[in-house]
Amino acid sequence: MKRRITALLLLAAMLAGLCACGGPGMNDTVLNVYNWGEYIDLDVLDTFTEETGIRVNYTTYASNEEMYAKIVSGAASYDVIIPSEYMISKMIGEDLLAPLNFENIPNYALIGDAYKGLDYDPENTYSVPYTWGTVVIVYNTKYVDEADVADESIELLWNEKYAGKILMFDNPRDAFALAHSKLGHSMNTQDPAEWEAAADELIKQKPLVQAYVMDQVFDKMISEEAYVAPYYAGDAITMMDENEDLAAYVPVEGANQFFDSMCVLKGSKHQAEAEAFINFMCRTDIAVLNAEEVCYAIPQVEAFNELDEETREDTMVYPPEEVLAKCEVFVDLPPETLLLQSELWTKTKTSYLLIAPENAIYVRENSMFLLYAHIPTRIVFEEVLFVTLFGIFASFIASFFASRGMAKLTVAEVLRND
Amino acid sequence: MNKGLAIGNNKVNLLPFSGWMVVFVLVPIALVVYYAFTDVDGFTLENLKWVGTYGKTLWLSVVLAFYATAICLLLAYPIAYSMSRASARVQRNATLIIMLPMWMNFLVRTYAWMTLLEDTGLINSALRAIFGMDFPGLRLINNHGAIVLGMVYNYLPYMILPIYTSMTKIGTSLIEAARDLGANGAQVLGRVILPLSVPGIISGITMVFIPSISTFIISKILGGGKDYLIGDLIEDYFLGNSGVVNYNIGAALSLTIMVMILAATFIMNHFDKDASTSGGGVI
Repeated sequence: MKRRITALLLLAAMLAGLCACGGPGMNDTVLNVYNWGEYIDLDVLDTFTEETGIRVNYTTYASNEEMYAKIVSGAASYDVIIPSEYMISKMIGEDLLAPLNFENIPNYALIGDAYKGLDYDPENTYSVPYTWGTVVIVYNTKYVDEADVADESIELLWNEKYAGKILMFDNPRDAFALAHSKLGHSMNTQDPAEWEAAADELIKQKPLVQAYVMDQVFDKMISEEAYVAPYYAGDAITMMDENEDLAAYVPVEGANQFFDSMCVLKGSKHQAEAEAFINFMCRTDIAVLNAEEVCYAIPQVEAFNELDEETREDTMVYPPEEVLAKCEVFVDLPPETLLLQSELWTKTKTSYLLIAPENAIYVRENSMFLLYAHIPTRIVFEEVLFVTLFGIFASFIASFFASRGMAKLTVAEVLRND
Repeated sequence: MNKGLAIGNNKVNLLPFSGWMVVFVLVPIALVVYYAFTDVDGFTLENLKWVGTYGKTLWLSVVLAFYATAICLLLAYPIAYSMSRASARVQRNATLIIMLPMWMNFLVRTYAWMTLLEDTGLINSALRAIFGMDFPGLRLINNHGAIVLGMVYNYLPYMILPIYTSMTKIGTSLIEAARDLGANGAQVLGRVILPLSVPGIISGITMVFIPSISTFIISKILGGGKDYLIGDLIEDYFLGNSGVVNYNIGAALSLTIMVMILAATFIMNHFDKDASTSGGGVI
């Protein structure tokens, strides 16, 4: 019922989808592929259409959560999606994915054994790995002292020397994973005390953070607006291509290792075509094209061997065994931990560590609900100052115009009186 | 109302609009209320209790929206006044200039401010070039000031236009009469122009305050995502960015803002009681 109501509300979105399906084409089948942004060599899609006659309606998302929200809202229907491992296990648990018919995916044999039967899909019934990678810490060699990165530690993100020049993930799962690693916790911990401790770390870090970002990290790191940022390995390489002063490492404390795998949604009307698409994506020449475009590590062995040597030996893309041993893969957290995570994330985002308690102002009980608030001193001084100065400046300009208006008025009056 | 003045049947004339209102305003509001008071098990007040825990965020949203509205009013009033007293050609051109930025996408405009305000942005680079030194203390972005600036920039036209509209309706003869009776500039402003422009001021305040209090993208882009505003929270609950998708709490938060805005509008309309007969507002 709920889904139906939502669907009704998002009528416009549906109509757009229908239009996309209704156009003429060489084949009536349109495959709806939903992938991460900038996560494919787009020419590959044309090749697929040329070879099979199946048209591809390609759309993208920025996070697993966004993709999930869109799918459960029922607002649009997709055939192939490429979520990360923890989202896959969540979706398997909720019966959202269709078991794959591997007879249609012969190229699955080319996937390395190390990437099969992982925890998120133990029998490999629902997913075919597309790429994998780790979270790395990107820094600008021009501004960050060598001594501070010599130990390749996660502590760089908490280094006060770079206050105001540090970026942080704007999504709780990745942000908390870094805090957990710093404290030596498992990033999949379900112990509330450990989550509280991690939140304290994030709150401690907050005054040093310039901004919480996702895709904006590219702009800010490349333009040297920020000096230090955690991000995904493949994207880090893209940034390093744009700005030669950037470097990156996998932190010694360990980082999140992720696997993004191709899945077919339950209820897809084009299961066979979807499987053909997955098989196509696993083909060696296509996998090589994609790997060269997105810069992430690939699980397809034959394609890996065709990559140039520099890429194959890049320890950031393909970290050595001992580093990978410290990395951890996300598992799907139970609802109560997710709720705690969401609460603590909001707490982090709404915290003002800089205020001394004696400066906090308490707003008394409101008739509507408990309105309890600290007004941070930052609002009271620094920023009110900025706002006020801006206001004064603005009103100066305004009164200048106003006085000219007044002058005009008197002239007009005089003329009329004459 | 004089029936002879109506063109066609009023009920029929209103049909398309009523239909629109029902489908796209009333039904969604009903859904928001429905979601706000239910969860999977049926009726509950839990969601509203959750809202209580976000007092800080609500307060910050109110404070920032208040600043933005106040600055907009301060800026808009003299501009609107000068415009209303200028020649028809100037009025036309001024309106065009004020509307001009709105032809551009809201997001693009806000991003543009980012490239202006950043440490390596245009303003700081220019200062560095002129004075030949760094201003490490000059942080223009990722703070509350920048969020307020973004709101003022984006919503200023919504303040200027209604005030301007109400001021054009103040006849020059009224001002002349006041002057004739010996009022000085300040008295003309305080006793004649200000009271007569109240309807415009009220529409302006409403039209700036409402989008300011519910904005989420400005705080993300210009505030560096460091402080949640209420709009960010609602977005999070509907899109699940923080790991939890919960339409019910999201709806409860939306409902809270709606009630607050409704209350504010009600109070403001109270002020407007005497002036409302003179008309002039947009809303």
